[in-house]
Amino acid sequence: MPDNICDTCGSSDAVVNFTQIVQDEMSTFHLCEACAAEKGLEPAPEPSNFPLTDFLAQMGDERGQDEPATDNQCSFCGLTFGQFRETGRLGCPHCYQTFEVHLKQLLRRIHGSVQHVGKVYLPPDPTASEMEKRLDGLRRKLRRAIEAEDFERAAEVRDEIRSLEPA
Amino acid sequence: MNDFTTIPDYGLSWLEASGDHADIVLSTRVRLARNLQGHAFGPRARVNDREAVLELFKSSVERAETLASGTLLEMPDVATRTRRILLERRLVTKDLLGEEEDPPRGTAVHLSSRDPISVMVNEEDHLRVQSLLSGLRIREAWRLVDRLDEELGRELPFAYHQEFGFLTSCPTNVGSGLRASVFMHLPGLVLTKEIGKVLQGLGQVGLTFRGLYGEGSEVVGNFFQVSNQTTLGKTEEDLVDHLDKVVRQVIQYEMQARQVLLRDARGVTEDKIWRAYGLLRYARSLSFEELMNLLSGVRLGLSLKLLPGLRVYTLNKMMIFTQPAHLEQSAGRELPEAEGDTHRAAYVRRVLASEGDIASDSTSADERPVKDGPDGR
Repeated sequence: MPDNICDTCGSSDAVVNFTQIVQDEMSTFHLCEACAAEKGLEPAPEPSNFPLTDFLAQMGDERGQDEPATDNQCSFCGLTFGQFRETGRLGCPHCYQTFEVHLKQLLRRIHGSVQHVGKVYLPPDPTASEMEKRLDGLRRKLRRAIEAEDFERAAEVRDEIRSLEPA
Repeated sequence: MNDFTTIPDYGLSWLEASGDHADIVLSTRVRLARNLQGHAFGPRARVNDREAVLELFKSSVERAETLASGTLLEMPDVATRTRRILLERRLVTKDLLGEEEDPPRGTAVHLSSRDPISVMVNEEDHLRVQSLLSGLRIREAWRLVDRLDEELGRELPFAYHQEFGFLTSCPTNVGSGLRASVFMHLPGLVLTKEIGKVLQGLGQVGLTFRGLYGEGSEVVGNFFQVSNQTTLGKTEEDLVDHLDKVVRQVIQYEMQARQVLLRDARGVTEDKIWRAYGLLRYARSLSFEELMNLLSGVRLGLSLKLLPGLRVYTLNKMMIFTQPAHLEQSAGRELPEAEGDTHRAAYVRRVLASEGDIASDSTSADERPVKDGPDGR
């Protein structure tokens, strides 16, 4: 009997293989989800319940399920995912949006992180939150300079902070 | 102007052997990768992207204090040999010059005449801001590039993402865009066969190593470039401090290894060093690789104070001025390889002769040639 036919109801979506050993005799049943539940068999736990599989998903095979098709293309510069795979180089800032899901996995593997915590760039017309982030970054830098007793540097950073803070 | 004679030391201040541990650490480099919004970069950049980026950069230069007094060299306008000299002085990269005979339009380097800092335009990323200093000076190099980055950032629309930080062509540079590297001479660890462990250890603490000319190049003359591996998820200060800390540790290991050599194999070590010096002093033909290996021995001897009278600066200078384009420049013509080897050996002999002959401290009086004494014996 093919493996995907349920031994109980005959439906063709058997997903549970159930092996029973009674008095040294082994028998295997193929069951659909409903019939398995009726027999009191719990479905196999979702892979994510295992910390190890989480870990492997992060560290392991590059060609995961989220990998875009090789002809998936950036609408700004025309780079295809296949070309990126070949050269390892992205073609423009927009590529980071086009391939975001895959890139996040990749960046996590390369850097162990996906969140930039360094210098905060202030665009020409900053929003209030961009300004606040920039100030946070500068205050962190100021603390660092003071800790290192680099007072020339601290003075520079302090001036920069003053120039940005609302009067 | 397509010449770099206005740059202090012609871009060679990193050879001066100043800075911490200059006998072991030849130089420190810190670079930041930056791209501009709205233009393709790396392999997707077309001529119009590159030219637009170069124009934007030029307009920002006038307002960037650090660059205001400097020289912009547009690569297609620079003579072939001069381009090779820039490459040999590590002021530009092979990537900037491209694979074709003529470098791509829009590629340029701006050399500041105020600070040891430069900006490559239209390399793999639109801008590569870099500082190259003599000795171990990672924090100082970082401060220089940080300051220039601030100046440029006020003028130019950088490609920046709230989550991923500064966007780069290669995902290995994204985030801070910062690569700090230290060019180290580690003969003690190589000779005591401890180097493998050290290099493996570097990998475990997020650092990596390369040969003389960066990615993919071979290790020659026991020189290693040690740099940070990751760029995202750590602040620039953390990356810089971490490299500094680990490099100082590697220097300690190297010094310990050298003490082991002196303790357990003093005779062999001294012999190697003097043979290297002798070959450099008298050889009639030297390939660049052979030269680098001999310089490694002599550098070790100098560092261990076994070769009195030589200066680290002299050895640094020899590494640069014996490269093919530099030899051709001083010969005033192209040199086929064999002739280059002859010119190289001649240059090295000349420099060492001008430093004066070195007498071995360990030469005892009875080994010295006996001159006719005044008593006419």
